[in-house]
Amino acid sequence: MIIPLRWQLLELQDAYIAAIDDDRLEDWPRFFTDNALYEIIPKENEDLSLPAPILRCDNAAMMRDRVASLRHANIFEQPTYRHMISGLRVLEETGETAVMRTNYLVVNTSLEGSTSVYQAGIYKDVVVRTEAGWKFREKRVVYDTSRVQTLLAYPI
Amino acid sequence: MAETAPITQDVLDIRFPRRDGSRIPYAVFNSAEVYALEQERIFRGPTWSFLGLEAEIPEPGDYKRSYVGETPVVMTRAKDGELAAWVNRCSHRGAEICRKTRGNSVVHTCVYHQWSFSAKGDLQGVPFRRGQRDQTGMPPDFDVKDHGLRKLRVESYRGLVFGSFSETVAPLADYIGPQMRPYIDRIFNRPIEYLGCTRQFSNSNWKLYLENVKDPYHASLLHLFHTTFNILRVGMQATTTTDATGLHSALLVVKNAEDNAEGYKAQNIRTYQDGFRLEDSSVLDMVQEYEELSTNHIQPIFPQLVIQQIHNTLVARQIIAKAHDKFELVFHFFGYTDDTPQLRAMRIKQANLVGPAGYISMEDTEATELVQRGITGHGRAASIVDMSRHKPDETATMISEGLVRRFWEGYRQLMGFAAEETL
Repeated sequence: MIIPLRWQLLELQDAYIAAIDDDRLEDWPRFFTDNALYEIIPKENEDLSLPAPILRCDNAAMMRDRVASLRHANIFEQPTYRHMISGLRVLEETGETAVMRTNYLVVNTSLEGSTSVYQAGIYKDVVVRTEAGWKFREKRVVYDTSRVQTLLAYPI
Repeated sequence: MAETAPITQDVLDIRFPRRDGSRIPYAVFNSAEVYALEQERIFRGPTWSFLGLEAEIPEPGDYKRSYVGETPVVMTRAKDGELAAWVNRCSHRGAEICRKTRGNSVVHTCVYHQWSFSAKGDLQGVPFRRGQRDQTGMPPDFDVKDHGLRKLRVESYRGLVFGSFSETVAPLADYIGPQMRPYIDRIFNRPIEYLGCTRQFSNSNWKLYLENVKDPYHASLLHLFHTTFNILRVGMQATTTTDATGLHSALLVVKNAEDNAEGYKAQNIRTYQDGFRLEDSSVLDMVQEYEELSTNHIQPIFPQLVIQQIHNTLVARQIIAKAHDKFELVFHFFGYTDDTPQLRAMRIKQANLVGPAGYISMEDTEATELVQRGITGHGRAASIVDMSRHKPDETATMISEGLVRRFWEGYRQLMGFAAEETL
């Protein structure tokens, strides 16, 4: 059976957000190629072509370092994220690569039990087909919610 | 976030248990009345508040919205290149005038009745001022010169723009003072380029953050990044300095002079046999840019600015008080206009260390929120700030709360709060 590209890419996004929402952070870098870029940057800077991010990994090793730091070094209240994604648009595709954008919304539930919108924004992704399936070569998380509540620990 | 219990005591009755800044009554953090009084005595009082960087508004007509305490203001560069700032409130009926975070315009028009103002805040146009046909306009005694926007005093020190409501506060350079100016001069030693900002919102009192940046004692205890990854930091020399009021301060952490930047880097990646290590330690690379090989330069200029150099990241952090239990922190990243592409890339990479997701800073707002929650309903109780209290002259150490004590004495006097005991 030939699975349409759109379904393949939605499956990638769904698997990606499930890894984060299920607190399987160790799986998170595996969605990327070794030399992938992962960046979280406010829309405010993106719109002005200013480069300052809140988080930027130039490769998967830096992502694994981020996970190790979150697991063993940094102190924060354990977040409970739920990602909602919609509006996936494939902007370019060659069969081996695709450029796409997807809206996301992340709600977080505090330990005390209140749920609030933590972040809204857009994924700007470049994906490549590998032997292990589609992977992100670039995932730029451009967030609208410019005020980060308290801190950002887990990836988006 | 639970609301804090209302403080019913008269705020002027707040008393500090000691006169040396070592006991801080929690009411200064959890009282809405104290917060209101701070607006009057600090933010509208004899202080200069950091508004932004000149590099954010380089061209005539450029503007940016900012704050002095809770008051929304707009900082602008006028047609003649001069800096100005005014309260973002129409002189007519009080509507907010400037509705964009940043932009360029030499005229600012209130949408409600289209009163228009120059970049310096002077009233320029009032629709139907002289009426229309047989309909009357403004009365004969109405003079546009009397109805400009509420202007602030504005001064810049080495590209850092400050505003003040006070007619009596000393000129900015004197307010910053001779002890603090050399530290600003070392960072702002040549033209800078604005690289964007990130924002963090915390459900805690703004002064808890000021305490935090004056407190080297917490550095290796709350922020466990370096120790967890066995990144050795031997041979570090700390220097702490305050101005005469104690409200401003500087912390400089320097590697010993005999080590060069390469030596530092080599030491950085040394690890023990067991435990964790970074797979990619490039985030901790460092290029020496100043006379001293400084890893950390943390300099709060009261009440709204913290200048930060950590490795090669350069940030002007703005503290914006929003309520007694809320503040916003805006990290203005910058580099130098003569950065090489490699150095610029390094600064961007090191943004991982600081800001809302920073490896060595994300815990700060977590800690201030833990305090805010912990002190709810206990305005009469006080914190203990005793580390190295018996050695006030010991300034070359991280294990001290001396800067915190000096700050609280300066704050107490500025606010006019009494101290119970004379030491």
